Amino acid sequence: MMSIGKAVVRTDGRAKVTGQAIYVDDLRPEGCLYGATVRSERAHARILGIDLDPSFDWTDITVVTAEDIPGENVVALMTDDQPVLVDGECRHVMEAVALVAAPTRERALQAAHRVQVRYEELPVLLDPAQAENSPIHIFGTDNVFKRLVIDRGTSTGMGVVHKATYHTSLAEQLYIEPQGMLAIPEKDGSLTIIGSLQCPYYIHKALKRVLGHSRFHVVQAVTGGGFGGKEEFPSMVAAHATLLAIKSGRPVKMIYRRDEDLRASTKRHPAIIQITSECTPEGELLSWDARIIVDGGAYNTLTPVVLSRLVLHVTGPYRIPKVHLEGVAVATHTPPNGAYRGFGAPQAQWAVERHMDRIARELGIDPLELRRKNLLKDGDLTATGGVLHDTAAFLVLEEALEAARAPLLQRAPPPGAGIAHWKRGRGLALAFHGCGFTGNGESWLKGKAALELVGSDLRILTGSTDIGQGTDTIFPQIVASELGIPVERVSMAPHDTAQVPDSGPTVASRTTMVVGSVVQSCAKKLRLALQAETGLASNNFAELLAARNSDAVLKVEHVYEPDASIRWNDADYSGDAYPTYGWSANIVDLEVDPDTGEIRYLRLVTATDVGRAIHPVLVSGQIEGGALQALGWANLEEVVRDQHGCMRNDRLTNYIIPTSLDAPEMVTRLIEVPYAAGPFGAKGVGELPLDAPAAAAAAALEQALGLVLDDLPMTPERVLLAMERGHAA
Amino acid sequence: MLASNAPVYTAKTLAQALQLRADHPEAVLLAGGTDVMVFLEADRLEAPAFLNLWGCEGLHGISEDGRKIGALCTWAELKEHPALPMALRACARTVGAAQIQARGTVGGNIANASPAGDSLPLWLAADARFTLQSLRGRREVAASDFFLGYRKTALAADEILVDIQLPVQKGELYYKKVGTRLAQAISKVVLGAYVHQEGGVVRELRVALGAVAPVPLRCRALEEALVGGPVRPELAALVHQDIRPIDDVRSSAHYRAKVAENILRTWLGSLRGC
Repeated sequence: MMSIGKAVVRTDGRAKVTGQAIYVDDLRPEGCLYGATVRSERAHARILGIDLDPSFDWTDITVVTAEDIPGENVVALMTDDQPVLVDGECRHVMEAVALVAAPTRERALQAAHRVQVRYEELPVLLDPAQAENSPIHIFGTDNVFKRLVIDRGTSTGMGVVHKATYHTSLAEQLYIEPQGMLAIPEKDGSLTIIGSLQCPYYIHKALKRVLGHSRFHVVQAVTGGGFGGKEEFPSMVAAHATLLAIKSGRPVKMIYRRDEDLRASTKRHPAIIQITSECTPEGELLSWDARIIVDGGAYNTLTPVVLSRLVLHVTGPYRIPKVHLEGVAVATHTPPNGAYRGFGAPQAQWAVERHMDRIARELGIDPLELRRKNLLKDGDLTATGGVLHDTAAFLVLEEALEAARAPLLQRAPPPGAGIAHWKRGRGLALAFHGCGFTGNGESWLKGKAALELVGSDLRILTGSTDIGQGTDTIFPQIVASELGIPVERVSMAPHDTAQVPDSGPTVASRTTMVVGSVVQSCAKKLRLALQAETGLASNNFAELLAARNSDAVLKVEHVYEPDASIRWNDADYSGDAYPTYGWSANIVDLEVDPDTGEIRYLRLVTATDVGRAIHPVLVSGQIEGGALQALGWANLEEVVRDQHGCMRNDRLTNYIIPTSLDAPEMVTRLIEVPYAAGPFGAKGVGELPLDAPAAAAAAALEQALGLVLDDLPMTPERVLLAMERGHAA
Repeated sequence: MLASNAPVYTAKTLAQALQLRADHPEAVLLAGGTDVMVFLEADRLEAPAFLNLWGCEGLHGISEDGRKIGALCTWAELKEHPALPMALRACARTVGAAQIQARGTVGGNIANASPAGDSLPLWLAADARFTLQSLRGRREVAASDFFLGYRKTALAADEILVDIQLPVQKGELYYKKVGTRLAQAISKVVLGAYVHQEGGVVRELRVALGAVAPVPLRCRALEEALVGGPVRPELAALVHQDIRPIDDVRSSAHYRAKVAENILRTWLGSLRGC
């Protein structure tokens, strides 16, 4: 009966593989109109007018501007700085100025082209390094979204100092299914919002403000990937579809084309990270000073939280007695950056791992030995003074090293590669990742879930969505295993705000660990309720069920109870920043063509501490998928912008992500050091796979070519330039 | 956008195709559609009409000796054909990915004349001849005379590319595509080359590059410097006399130039002692 640890059939698998799964664009309610967005073409401008081309036939077109918003013109999230539609002044290119809806998609796009926006250009700020002292104000008087300082001592003045600056680049989440929402006005005056999304209650919260009422519900359609890109951005798309639906009185579907999606949607925050470290001549770390600038774009969105996670991971999985960390997130006139799997931690650990390699290089120490000297273990303190438990840094490292001893698979050379004098290299990088929300986030959030007994079957009700990662498969495993019944008897309620409670957003590597534990508690409560109802003391679910006299639906709900062993002080940023951490070791083997700077990944070995692998195949898939995203970030993905800050390479032929042919052999080892408060010991693992592979690739490249690259992305163009400079020096 | 109200004329035979081409010179030729559909979706094609050649008889097939290739042959057919030069088969395998290879045609790649067209330098290097036909008759044009300017070819408004002919080769064809990833990659630099050596002396040499100028082109300065003498890889830098790469959203002029020189030097180096 225990399905934990077994690769049960994923519940969404058959429908997706056979093409039966219904995505939002597959829905065509009667009378449905298609929406399109008119967007700003200036980075910063006053809108002087929005004119409809008189030569165009507007009779079947619905047009919406900021004036049509019944409630507040705001995308409610952390702060209220971002409008649903530009009202007076645009602050980045591709900002939504007006909306149109038409009976066909083509006509909607034509109409959008015939809406003419008149601008008065205003001064533009694009460089995050200039933002704080700029006379141009985007946010407040200093363009600072958030500043964070963690000060637990400074340099001892006794050690060897290493100092360098590292840059990370923008990156697109690149979910397979573009952003899409459908808003349907119902006969009773309410609204149904269906779409591709991660967080139904984010949209609910945002729409309430836009509409000024809550007579609507939000439903998740089958969602083709999110990776953070469908955390906060869908609130905007939902608001737009809803405004058009209200004005037209018809269902309105808003589906982004890929080019629009790439230009308009959020990206990973680029970061500039300067690290000054101090260590003994033998490489034992003494102090660590990090200064971080993060570019948030024109609006706050989730930037302060990204900065916070970045700062909390900028010491890496290492024990450092004295740390001084200062991060600032600033505003620029560029499209807002937002959530992307890893949420600041990949940026931080790119810099940390590159810096560890720098120390090793300059001290003449083996990078592996340097890491072994400084790795965190149980009882060590984090940068915020939290005491670590259930660590696995050494375990994952030794496991990865063992796995990497196997010879590389022989692969046929790729077609068209011709003659190349490939240079091989191997690199190592380590990471840790705080599971769940930062600090007291989970305590404030109070994530809820519910469980229903209907006949002899069970139904789980959560707002946590399955976006491809497998939530709808593993939650039933958790309930079935707790109650000792076959997993087939447990199903999931639709992720519909009219039916399910707010479990908190599907983000932050929290769904399995945090919401999964709430779901497990629901199962325990249900057993208690049955015991009370039947008067039986038995723990056997079948016996309890058999003793039941009633057919009534039995429903229990549970609210997240914070792990009592966790202490966090938000005022001075001290204590346990996260309930626990996942740990990861990565070894990349690659080869590089010195003629072209092209990298071919041969093998990626990962060893990852997941606490408990509830579904080993799904979790391995998550690790491998995340790792491939990280490898693409390392050497392929580059957002090219024009002088207005608009993405120019807005197609999949020129925003280059790895294909399956570019994926290396993946050796994926799972380590299980349980977290006591997680369901069956599970930790969060969604984001950890993105944290270290890029740095491992950089280390491998360093070994292959003798080049040190400290900035992402390491595109062939940059590799070749670095080789030329190297030769010149 | 993908919806288009333009009329589509479909030719079942070569005779029909030539008649339709003469009657509708404004029509955009449609074969596998792997370029046309992308242009339509990106709003980059104003097509008053289409002339659909997909399935048209008389434009298919590869001769048994591999010397004649019908314009409508797909990359999937080319990559499997045992008589074709290995370089050409390798090229076929680099085009797009399996789906594109199943639809994309050799003739489409040539007639579309993208500077980054994956196969174009190979035709120049192989000294291929293109057969062009109209109601007025047939003519042959050397590959090196076919590409006139950015997406401009020697095809007249009433002509259709019928087949490609490869001459008998004494030497070896070479192909290298630099596209940054292994599938769905658009060339940043693409090299097609042919060399015939005798006793350590280069007798014939044709070096052609794509994606480094508005047209795929021969590197004449390098060819002239090497023919009649030994292979000298150090002369690879002569390539800069012929190419005119640009900065664009995919790459930089500097990268393209440097890579063109590097991959030529490596190829020439591999020829020593042959």
